[in-house]
Amino acid sequence: MSTMIKYEEKDLKVVGTRPLRPDGVDKVTGRARFGADYSLPGQLIGKVLRSPHAHARIKSIDTSKAEALPGVKAVVTRDDFAEMPVEFALSGELTVNFHDVTRNMMAREKVYYDGHPVAAVAATSESIARKALGLIEVEYEVLPHVIDVLEAMKPDAPLLHEEQYTEGVTPRPDKPSNLAKRMVFSRGDVEAGFRQADVIIEREFNTKPVHQGYIEPQACLASYTEDGQADLWTASQGHFVIRSQCAKVLQMEVSKLRVMPTELGGGFGGKNNIYNEPLAIALSRKSHRPVKMVMTREEVFRATGPTSGANVRIKMGCTRDGRITAAHAELNFQAGAFPGSSVAMAAMCTFTRYDLEHARVVANDVTVNRPKVAAYRAPGAPIAVFGVESVIDEMAKKLGIDPIEFRLRNAAREGTQTYYGPKFGPIGYVQTLEQARAHPHYSAPLGPNQGRGVATGFWFNIGSETSSTINVNEDGTVTLMIGTVDVAGGSRAAMAMMVAEELGIDVDKVRPIIGDTSSMGFNFITAGSRGTFASGMACVAATRQAIDKLRQRVAQIREVPVEAVLWKDGHAVPAGGEAGQFAPMSLADVAKVAGRTGGTIAGHAEINAQGAGPGFGTHIVDVEVDKQTGLIKILRYTVVQDVGKAIHPAYVEGQLQGGAVQGIGWALNEEYVYGDDGVLQNPGFLDYRVPVASDVPFIDTVIVEVPNPNHPYGVRGCGEVPIIAPMAAIANAVENAIGIRLCEQPMSPPRVLKAIDDAAGAKA
Amino acid sequence: MSDMLYEAPGTLRAALALLSGANGKARVMAGGTDLLIQMRSGRIEPELLVDIKHIPDLRAIALKRGGFQFGSAVTCMELIEHEAFARAWPGVIDGVKLIGSIQVKGRATVGGNVCNASPAADSVPALIAAGALARIVGPDGKRDVPVEDIPTGPGKTSLASGEIVVSFILPKRLPRSGDAYLRFIPRTEMDIAVVGAGVNLTLDRRGFCTLARVSLGAVAERALLVSEAAAALVGTKVDDAALRQLAAAASAACRPIDDKRGTKEFRFKVAGVLARRAAEIALQRAGRKN
Repeated sequence: MSTMIKYEEKDLKVVGTRPLRPDGVDKVTGRARFGADYSLPGQLIGKVLRSPHAHARIKSIDTSKAEALPGVKAVVTRDDFAEMPVEFALSGELTVNFHDVTRNMMAREKVYYDGHPVAAVAATSESIARKALGLIEVEYEVLPHVIDVLEAMKPDAPLLHEEQYTEGVTPRPDKPSNLAKRMVFSRGDVEAGFRQADVIIEREFNTKPVHQGYIEPQACLASYTEDGQADLWTASQGHFVIRSQCAKVLQMEVSKLRVMPTELGGGFGGKNNIYNEPLAIALSRKSHRPVKMVMTREEVFRATGPTSGANVRIKMGCTRDGRITAAHAELNFQAGAFPGSSVAMAAMCTFTRYDLEHARVVANDVTVNRPKVAAYRAPGAPIAVFGVESVIDEMAKKLGIDPIEFRLRNAAREGTQTYYGPKFGPIGYVQTLEQARAHPHYSAPLGPNQGRGVATGFWFNIGSETSSTINVNEDGTVTLMIGTVDVAGGSRAAMAMMVAEELGIDVDKVRPIIGDTSSMGFNFITAGSRGTFASGMACVAATRQAIDKLRQRVAQIREVPVEAVLWKDGHAVPAGGEAGQFAPMSLADVAKVAGRTGGTIAGHAEINAQGAGPGFGTHIVDVEVDKQTGLIKILRYTVVQDVGKAIHPAYVEGQLQGGAVQGIGWALNEEYVYGDDGVLQNPGFLDYRVPVASDVPFIDTVIVEVPNPNHPYGVRGCGEVPIIAPMAAIANAVENAIGIRLCEQPMSPPRVLKAIDDAAGAKA
Repeated sequence: MSDMLYEAPGTLRAALALLSGANGKARVMAGGTDLLIQMRSGRIEPELLVDIKHIPDLRAIALKRGGFQFGSAVTCMELIEHEAFARAWPGVIDGVKLIGSIQVKGRATVGGNVCNASPAADSVPALIAAGALARIVGPDGKRDVPVEDIPTGPGKTSLASGEIVVSFILPKRLPRSGDAYLRFIPRTEMDIAVVGAGVNLTLDRRGFCTLARVSLGAVAERALLVSEAAAALVGTKVDDAALRQLAAAASAACRPIDDKRGTKEFRFKVAGVLARRAAEIALQRAGRKN
């Protein structure tokens, strides 16, 4: 069957309205079951022993004393897991290598970061498990470590992987290094472009790693049976991919592992990969008891993926009338302990908002002694865009051109050829700029020490493998089984709404659930803003299949050809003309007799969704700077974004607001702080400072809808674009307020105050 | 965590007896908002918890001989909602209001905030500026000690084994007095002070400052009483020149460290800025008719 369903404009009854989400009541009453809420009779508690060193060779691990402790039922170390060859697989927006996956979940030859797992224990209580960890004797040979990306790129830097020779450079280097891979994306002749420029600006930017900061720590429960089957409950963004990864590292057949999704307390890219899951299964296999493992917040910070910290160099040139002639970027990203940062994605998003004849991005993926990075909402893009949008702001200012006008003169439009590959179809970038310029926020007055900044973002959005099933129940209600985890954005509501729209019934007649891995076909992770796009398309395809069956059934009952039966407003009605007349039947009428006229009615779809629509956004922010303390206050914030179509506008607004708030945190205070010993100093929410509610104003949103032609309702995906612009927008606003351009993130008070003092010193 | 005993005595005598029998393996618990976190993280493993919230005297707020006295187990919210106390010591209330969320303040106590001995504790500089005494009862009897002498360093106090802080005693409030406490945090709430400054002052009828106390938090191993900063105000009309001197003296008194919460350089500067801003608020409060 054809899997791609194109956009059709039509009158909508359900799509575009704001019903309550199906998971809402459970969440506000506390009934919703998150990862840590699952338990089984006789379960053990699993805990992980973690490296206290940033970099060390493991000489020996002695678990005998821990095993002898009463209450300890199993201990696993590297010896319990097989060596894995180099083999790549997609995991969310990033690629994983099983050679490294198995080493990240349990150290083998070396530990590569503070917090790297070296052993795991299952015991009858948490306190016994903790005590047992203290009885495991690990002999380390401590090695020199490197934390900073530029330090790691130096020729004499401590080397993480002796066998790592830089990929992507010719000739192949004769020495191993921490530079795992270099990628170059290029179009035109950048040098020629710079020769045409009247103004050239070159700046260097630095950002710190930041954590996804989900409220729910990773939690799982595993039960392995004597006949080699296992059940796993885990809070992830994609239970099918968790199943694949666990089966691989545990050398199990996929059919023997069943993974149940739980409600997710946030993920933002950080719950795409396995951490404790294979350890819990291995401990259950060894102990013959179910094993539950819940991370502490400290473990979440020390061992699960933050995004990269980075060093970024941007050089751009433009003509006197504000036309960009050339753009060059060098992106140096920390990958953490193993290669595979988001630098490639960042490289493709660096300049993509602009129509450029000459552009080049050099992307370096660098291993350092930090936790292996994970995807984080539009992985990598905010880092590169911080640099580019700062430089654009500086160019516009230098030429005396309004920053939105400057961007409009260079904006990507339908037909623009990108420097990394595709040519754009219909996109809404220009519309977001125009609506931002027309918004009352953009012309509101500002007070002393206040400033306004603008920045823009682009994200690809993706499709990929997706399955969906609908079952028409005997009373005419519908159960919708979705295979993409609702990462708490409200996608279940959106799917139910599209199904209700197709069937012509009320949305509360459709109950969406997330199926487990044994109940439906494979679904890729909820990542890349693909949920409502790809799963929505699968839901529509499944519903249309069910509607075809409904029409056939009515044709059979009413003894008319199927062409005579039209599905309209929840009823089978005569198509009109010569085709034949019959009394209409409602969905409930057909459902009631379905059993005796051929069996229950269902529809299913298994697709690989293609044609995701790129998303663009423009942000406006007002700040006030306290020049005596360096404190930046966010006064007003507006997000304008093209989402294709907002199926449920309230949840789309929630995505735009949430992305902006996470971006504000990244810009203002969030950062990993390491000591000279390579140990993380702030693994908790007290000292890793995400914004609290009172730190941010109400985030105003403007939804722009330029339909994606490759989705039945025009959906593009909206969750990632809004985190891209905030860092640059806020930096531009600070420059506008106090005349100082900040090129280091976060713009925490000590950094801002120092910049103010340095500027005053330079003037004096 | 191994086996632990929890006791909630109804009298001070019983609490002291429990502590003296525990060989130093006991901890006193008031609100528990710091203690439970330390236990959960494995930092401390007490064998006995003595909960003092059930001792009526330790829960009282009263005016005695013209000055306020409040028990060490009075919760932050009880203190905040005590209108007469809040009118007399708005600066102490500034500090108490900043301890955690409303929910945390419903449990947390000033006694616990002082005895937890964090250099960044928000009620401590305000109490020091107010000139508060802590009444301590132990195996050897009773003693009254200025609050600045209780914390000696991060997590350390001058309390002897078996001693309990039972109450805080504030001096009689003089006319034309005002106090204020400000802290710097990079967020708006739910954070820990990077710098804290408490200022308490009294004016004469002509508006000259006759008494002043200044205290700084989070800029040394414990909250500091900065007499040089106070001296900058006494005898002045708390004008711009005096405030500049106050700020300079406050900065000079800091002995901060670089840590995850802020740099040394930042703390030196902001200590002066906050001391000045707190003095301006205290001055305005002193000028109010009370």
